[in-house]
Amino acid sequence: MPDTDYLIVGSSHAALEAVTAIRMHDHSGSVTLVTRDRHPPYSPTILPYVVSGRAKPERVPLRDSGWFAAQGATFVREDALVGLDPDAFTARLESGAMWRYGKLLLATGARPVVPDIAGLETVPRHVLRTLDDAVALREAIGAARRAVVLGAGLVGMHAAENLVTAGLDVTIVERGAHPLPLYFGATAAAMIGQAFAARGARLLCGRTVASAQGGGDGAVALALDDGETLATDLLVVAAGVVPETGYLAGTDIGLGAAGGILVDAHMRTTRPGIWAAGDVTEGPAFGGGVAVSGILPSAVDQGRIAGMDMAGDRVPPYDGAIPLNTYAAFGRHAVSVGDALAEGDDLDVHEDGDPETGRYRRLVLRDGRLVGATVIGEAIDGGILRQLILRRTDLTPVKDAFLAAPRDTARVLMSRLWR
Amino acid sequence: MGRSFDTIRFRAEACDACGQCVIACARAKTGTDDTSRARLQILGGGTEGAELALCRQCTDPQCAAVCPSASLAKDPDSGVVTWEAETCVDCLLCTVGCAYGGIASDPVAGHVAKCDLCDGAPECVAACDRGALEHVTASRLYNTQHEREDLFAPGLSACHGCNSELLIRHTMRHIGRETVVAAPPGCIPGMGVVGYNGQTGCKVPVFHPLLTNTAAMLAGLKTQYARAGRDVTMVALAGDGGTVDVGFQSLSGAAARNDPMLFICVDNEGYMNTGMQASGSTSYGSWTSTTPVGEHMQGKSGDAKSLPMLMMMHNGAYVATASTAFLEDYHEKLEKAYATAQHGFAYLHVYAPCPTGWRFPAALTTEVCRRQVETNFVTLWEYTRDGGLRFTRPVEGRRPIGDYVEMIGKYRHLDQTHLDVIQHQVDERVAFLRRFAAPAGG
Repeated sequence: MPDTDYLIVGSSHAALEAVTAIRMHDHSGSVTLVTRDRHPPYSPTILPYVVSGRAKPERVPLRDSGWFAAQGATFVREDALVGLDPDAFTARLESGAMWRYGKLLLATGARPVVPDIAGLETVPRHVLRTLDDAVALREAIGAARRAVVLGAGLVGMHAAENLVTAGLDVTIVERGAHPLPLYFGATAAAMIGQAFAARGARLLCGRTVASAQGGGDGAVALALDDGETLATDLLVVAAGVVPETGYLAGTDIGLGAAGGILVDAHMRTTRPGIWAAGDVTEGPAFGGGVAVSGILPSAVDQGRIAGMDMAGDRVPPYDGAIPLNTYAAFGRHAVSVGDALAEGDDLDVHEDGDPETGRYRRLVLRDGRLVGATVIGEAIDGGILRQLILRRTDLTPVKDAFLAAPRDTARVLMSRLWR
Repeated sequence: MGRSFDTIRFRAEACDACGQCVIACARAKTGTDDTSRARLQILGGGTEGAELALCRQCTDPQCAAVCPSASLAKDPDSGVVTWEAETCVDCLLCTVGCAYGGIASDPVAGHVAKCDLCDGAPECVAACDRGALEHVTASRLYNTQHEREDLFAPGLSACHGCNSELLIRHTMRHIGRETVVAAPPGCIPGMGVVGYNGQTGCKVPVFHPLLTNTAAMLAGLKTQYARAGRDVTMVALAGDGGTVDVGFQSLSGAAARNDPMLFICVDNEGYMNTGMQASGSTSYGSWTSTTPVGEHMQGKSGDAKSLPMLMMMHNGAYVATASTAFLEDYHEKLEKAYATAQHGFAYLHVYAPCPTGWRFPAALTTEVCRRQVETNFVTLWEYTRDGGLRFTRPVEGRRPIGDYVEMIGKYRHLDQTHLDVIQHQVDERVAFLRRFAAPAGG
């Protein structure tokens, strides 16, 4: 039975950060990465850019084989984790191989949700979670004239933009009241929606698909809840993701309400010897509570913490995940940091926007401290806003300046903080 | 092992937000005067002072960690966090990772832009005449030093916080093996340089002369090696007692005869390893065990003798003062002194504030050294026969002497009257040295 001191399952940001963190502290322990993917490590975040052609598949690897050699880490591809025995410290892979580990990190990410729609399982459809998915979708665009995207989240909207740009007749179906409901409020979302509408895309919000039926030549007919039927050559399902945890069947490793692996502030699961990091986790959220964070910066932070803790390095407890998202549509950038959508009597919300110029800002403060921000169409340092939120920096003395010129005021504050 | 890298230092107190650096950056990086596109930004500048947004070239860059296209990376040779245009997808996640505003979108270019240190010659620093931006290249020194052989054994037992171990290791790494070292009684042999129990702490021939005859013995050894046809450098690593007081007679003779040697005085203002007695180098007002503080005495009542000035008056071939807070300055002088010592007399006077004997926290030694220079208590200069005296790091707007004195326990009893005396001594000494300094351009 192969044996490794550190077994890391997954090969994206959380897994790679963990390797680096382990090697900072433990130069000699054996490290093995196992991934079900057949490609070198890449980021799920890059995939929409592979669809658009902006990123070439051969240029997306985050690390090359030289890096694994330099880290003294073994990289096993195309073998998925299918079962665990936490008592025996063994992991079973799809190939049948059994690995004995000293410490295990689960960084298996998430998989696309297939909504419960009659017939959806049987019709040709695309998702966007792996590099192969992205390449397949890119190839399918060429043969299609009409496209339907189910779900107006970040992945769906980014895919839709690519399809619009490629000249397809695009319809987006979103069951929420407006696009990107998890990231933007109604005003900001309306501005984004207009950008799509101006380019001929149809955005159907507050609607769901009742059933799907295959036609000839890969065509699909979708019946909406209001009776309308959409015919399409290309169906992209982007209805969200759920943590990839199938291999936990038969173990008592704790899962959260949203299906993620429960972790504490050191990324430890409920079983000794097993850590988890990245999109697969359900862990501490900044400001309290537990959440599935599901974003790249959290995967980096969590992978680092998990690796340090696994290697026995001294690690300060996790601050908790804080939402950080960037989104661009048709060249216009949006940044959202922290609890940008928060509403409440205890909040001091400053919102202004100009649909003409495409500028929009929503700054949310509580007790003089920033808790969240959305900024569209103007320059902002999301990383500095994140620090102001994490450090609970009191903005009271500079509040007027901050509301008038958030970027420069935040830069001055941060420059003072680090000096 | 890891390498050290260049960096840009920002001194907010010297910045008046004139904006020249920002213009220089915009021109260098965009070919325009559009300062909004510059990769460094100066903010504020009112009564609260100026602030800076600039890439820190982090050792562990967050911008790179959160980049989904691997377009940002720390260059292992230059230390610059590099950005690759070809693979960048303009997602701006890097701007969410960075806590310093060091990477931001250039709206005209349509992608992010960041400082690349201009291939090692930053235009912003060249454009700053206020002294607010400094291109710190000390890393090159450390990288070079670490490639060279350390000629002392590990585990020398200097006191916690003593800078003389740093100094002698730097010195001998630079000079190399073709050397004979003389270490007269003092802290340096005491920490194990000449060895214990018949084993030496030094990897080149080292001997332990008397306090009185160090320079004479080195002169003799040099002659003997020369007769044998060997080109060996003579180095003295002496304390101030073995230089300023007891060792002065033979030193004066060697300087007057221009005997080839490099004589380094490591000045901690007293006989610190034998119980902190005062020496001729002890400064006014200092508490020592022979200049106590009590009803009748308030520490040393006279001023210190300035050995470097005396060596200059001997017309030594090369004479310089140095501080371990300014190691680049020291290395420049060491190089000249070493070259001079092949054929003539070279003297380096290096200041070694003593945490044990002067009573200040061991962690503050380098800060004390820096404060010595910033207050002009120590002036950094060099003297050559051709060039005369030259200040190598002139201080503009020296800090009041109280800023230095307050850091050190041996001055704790001093009152304003004493401070005025020391301030007067310092100013007088600088004025005196200035008379020897060659006129600018002369």
